[in-house]
Amino acid sequence: MGVMMKTTRAGVLAVVSGVSLLAMTAPGAYAAGMPQLDFHNPLVTGQVIWGGVIFLGFYLVLSRVMLPRVGRVLEDRSNRISNDLEVARAAKHDADNAVAELQQARKEALAEAQANLKQALDEEQRIAEQKLEEINARLGTELADAEKRVAAEKLRAFAALKDIAAETTQSLVSRLTGTPADAALVAKKVEGATAQRTV
Amino acid sequence: MAGGSSIDVLGQFELHPVLGGLGDALRFSQSPLYMIVAVCLVLAFLYFGMRPAAVVPGRFQAAAEVCYEFIRNMAVDTIGPEGAAFFPFIFTLFFFILAGNYLGLLPFSFTFTSHIAVTLALAVMVFLLTVIVSLKVQGFRFFAHFMPAGASMALAPLLIPIEILSFLSRPVSLSIRLFANMVAGHVMFEIFASFVIMLAGFGVVGDVFAIGPIVINMALVALELLVGVLQAYVFAILTCIYLREAVAH
Repeated sequence: MGVMMKTTRAGVLAVVSGVSLLAMTAPGAYAAGMPQLDFHNPLVTGQVIWGGVIFLGFYLVLSRVMLPRVGRVLEDRSNRISNDLEVARAAKHDADNAVAELQQARKEALAEAQANLKQALDEEQRIAEQKLEEINARLGTELADAEKRVAAEKLRAFAALKDIAAETTQSLVSRLTGTPADAALVAKKVEGATAQRTV
Repeated sequence: MAGGSSIDVLGQFELHPVLGGLGDALRFSQSPLYMIVAVCLVLAFLYFGMRPAAVVPGRFQAAAEVCYEFIRNMAVDTIGPEGAAFFPFIFTLFFFILAGNYLGLLPFSFTFTSHIAVTLALAVMVFLLTVIVSLKVQGFRFFAHFMPAGASMALAPLLIPIEILSFLSRPVSLSIRLFANMVAGHVMFEIFASFVIMLAGFGVVGDVFAIGPIVINMALVALELLVGVLQAYVFAILTCIYLREAVAH
């Protein structure tokens, strides 16, 4: 606005100086004043009528034809841009969904694989434990059998020991005394001696 | 126009009938002729600019679109949402004045915006439009604007005449601002151009000194290019401001 006022002031100055210059230097030139203010001239007022008609025509062509056309182009562009953005947004959404699905599937597969592995391991462990138990049981029965056999052998050995002891006693007695010892007595003594000892 | 020792700065504003007797009878001078030329240039610019109607505009189309968006933003930003309805009017006004101002810068052409009759007619049109819109939108409350809100009643006898006077002076200031700017610019062109011719009469020395006014005139063309668009803008933006007051509830 400052520039405008400045130019206005400069303009007024120029008009004033121009007119005064005109008055000083050009006595033969127009002294009647500005042609713009000569309202007796029908051409000056004619401008208003013609101007009105031309301005109206200009307005009608612009408002009915030209400006809507420009507006349509601009609107088409903004629509197209927003549509493209929409499509891009939808595509991104789809891609995001696909990625999420993929990750979900991967996670599920991983979980399934881990479950399978765990199951297999459990199965293996169970079978191994079962086998161990079986082996333990078999070993236990074998051990018991063997112990039983050992005990029987021991009994048998002890039983044989009595006979051997009685025979040895009899032969010792007959060798010492010359008379065979009473078998029943010897057997009784041996029995007593073995009962005293704990084997 | 300027010959010998006389400087006829105002001769360029004289109106002459075009087409002889027919122009005389129809009051058709070079002023309406240049209005038609200006209007046709603007319409051709828009028509050929927007003919490709491309999504990705070329330079020409981009220029036409910039013009459209510039005026549209000015109208909508200044007037408000109702500004869209006035946009074609503001566009017409701005480009009518701009084309007139710029067309007048061409040598041997005529500047119809240098005629007070034209600028006053435009300003009165704007004034009447604002009054009609005001009365339509605000009804009789429009007259309340002549008494500023919050002012003391004792001042009313002083304030109301001042407000009415300032309201009525709008078309005067609007028209004289444009008229005076255009006249001043063209008078200065004529004066400095005449100096060149006058100096040419003084032989070699005069020829050398004549460079001065030529350089000044070249600078003046640049200034007038600025003034031409500035005055069109001022006219359009003041119209927008008046319309904003008119549509305000």
